[in-house]
Amino acid sequence: MNPSAASPASLGDEPALRVDNVFKSFGANRVLNSISVQVAPLEVICLIGASGSGKSTLLKCINLLEPVDSGSIFVEGRDITAPGVDVNQVRRRIGIVFQAFNLFPHMSVLQNITLGPRRVLQMSPTEADTRAAELLDRIGLSDKKDEYPDRLSGGQQQRVAIARALAMNPDIMLLDEITSALDPELVAEVLGLVKELALGGMTMVIATHEMGFARDTADRVCFLDEGLIIEEGRPEEMFTAPRQPRTQQFLQRIIAAGRL
Amino acid sequence: MLGGRAVLVSSASTIVFFVVIFAAIALAPGASIVQERFLDPVHLKQAFLGTQTSPSVFEALLLNVKMFMIAEAFILVFALVVAIVRGIPGPVFFPFRAVAVAYTDLFRGVPLILVLYMLGFGVPGLGLRFFSSRSDVTYGIASLVLVYSAYVAEVYRAGIDSIHESQVAAARSLGLSRWQSLRFVVLPQAIRRVIPPLLNDFIGLQKDTALVSVLGSVEAARAAQIYAAEQFNYSSYVVAAALFVLLTIPLARFTDQLIARDRRRRAAGATV
Repeated sequence: MNPSAASPASLGDEPALRVDNVFKSFGANRVLNSISVQVAPLEVICLIGASGSGKSTLLKCINLLEPVDSGSIFVEGRDITAPGVDVNQVRRRIGIVFQAFNLFPHMSVLQNITLGPRRVLQMSPTEADTRAAELLDRIGLSDKKDEYPDRLSGGQQQRVAIARALAMNPDIMLLDEITSALDPELVAEVLGLVKELALGGMTMVIATHEMGFARDTADRVCFLDEGLIIEEGRPEEMFTAPRQPRTQQFLQRIIAAGRL
Repeated sequence: MLGGRAVLVSSASTIVFFVVIFAAIALAPGASIVQERFLDPVHLKQAFLGTQTSPSVFEALLLNVKMFMIAEAFILVFALVVAIVRGIPGPVFFPFRAVAVAYTDLFRGVPLILVLYMLGFGVPGLGLRFFSSRSDVTYGIASLVLVYSAYVAEVYRAGIDSIHESQVAAARSLGLSRWQSLRFVVLPQAIRRVIPPLLNDFIGLQKDTALVSVLGSVEAARAAQIYAAEQFNYSSYVVAAALFVLLTIPLARFTDQLIARDRRRRAAGATV
């Protein structure tokens, strides 16, 4: 979406995020099999691929919610997988939004959004509330600030979860199949918000099954298969003329299912 | 809603039911002696108020209430510490976890009365400056805290375990430390969830304050026993029993209220 960051060739010296040869297994199951990828500042990358291809695991590794087995991950040039790194420090700069929202059910919408800023960024309650009010206005849920999450629709909950992550003022946002748990009619409101974010200038790595969204929003699309990025490129190339047979197969199945 | 006819039928059946039960009890052989020994109005009143020579069961119950309140305050805090320690991950903390596990295993297994004997009779004989010169009530409260904390720690732990790990992931992803995640996200939800089982344990605790009587403290059960021994009438036990029941009911209603308030608050949304 950002022309200056549209292709790897136009990267500055320092990528916002660099994943270097990362391996990750759960028991005997190798989920990430030598993944390497770079994300330029303000670039929007969509990870596509079948379920189990490693998209979610990659995002969790970038957020340090899962430790990598080997390889390194650099954020703005700093190795966040090195021993002795303050993980809390890293995470406050990388926001993540989950498939199942994971809002805190015992807190109001406002409290969900202000928890991080207050406890991690040490903002005053007034400051945190003001910032949350701005975000709620941006996601169009100002009237819901005192509601509890279980009173909101799935789409509204996911928008609150996005606001919660944005409240930390992250440098990078990771979105982990954030519309997969939503009813079809609620998908648009969430994707619309993500698109606004992309247009507003935000570095994002997005795991998604929404191919139409990926085509319209991504600067670059990476196709994962069995823990490996086997093809990447600009969305118009990837969706119209994929080179790898497995990418072609995957996209054919998606088209057959009516999702592109 | 019941219709007019249904109300009529249910009233009639209730009246008939209780008349039959009452008649069966009243007409049973030995009914009059049971009434005389257990439910004599004069003895009931005397036991409740106390006599020149025997303490009032009602006043003695205040000691049960006091022991319960003090023990409960300690248990709520101490058990939570045990439950948290048991959940600290990492090899460095293994000995702490091991101690927490050993503690809960031990004190859930040892009968309360043995702990009372050991603390109440054993410790005074040790001649230690601080520990050996406490009152019976203090040893009683200490025993209750030791035994009940083991149970309550397990209740807390079940609550903590019941919070889905995705909640922790969400908290940690915001940059909250492990301790902050526990404090702001896991514990508030876990404790709310375990309020009913906690109440259950505290009803047990209220009753078990009566066991402290073995150390000589004149609480309600002991006061009733003194009266029964003097008068050769067990109405005093009925008084004590009724008072214990009355004591537990407010706690049950209070918990219902807490749960209902929580539900209302979530439903209404607006008021915090």
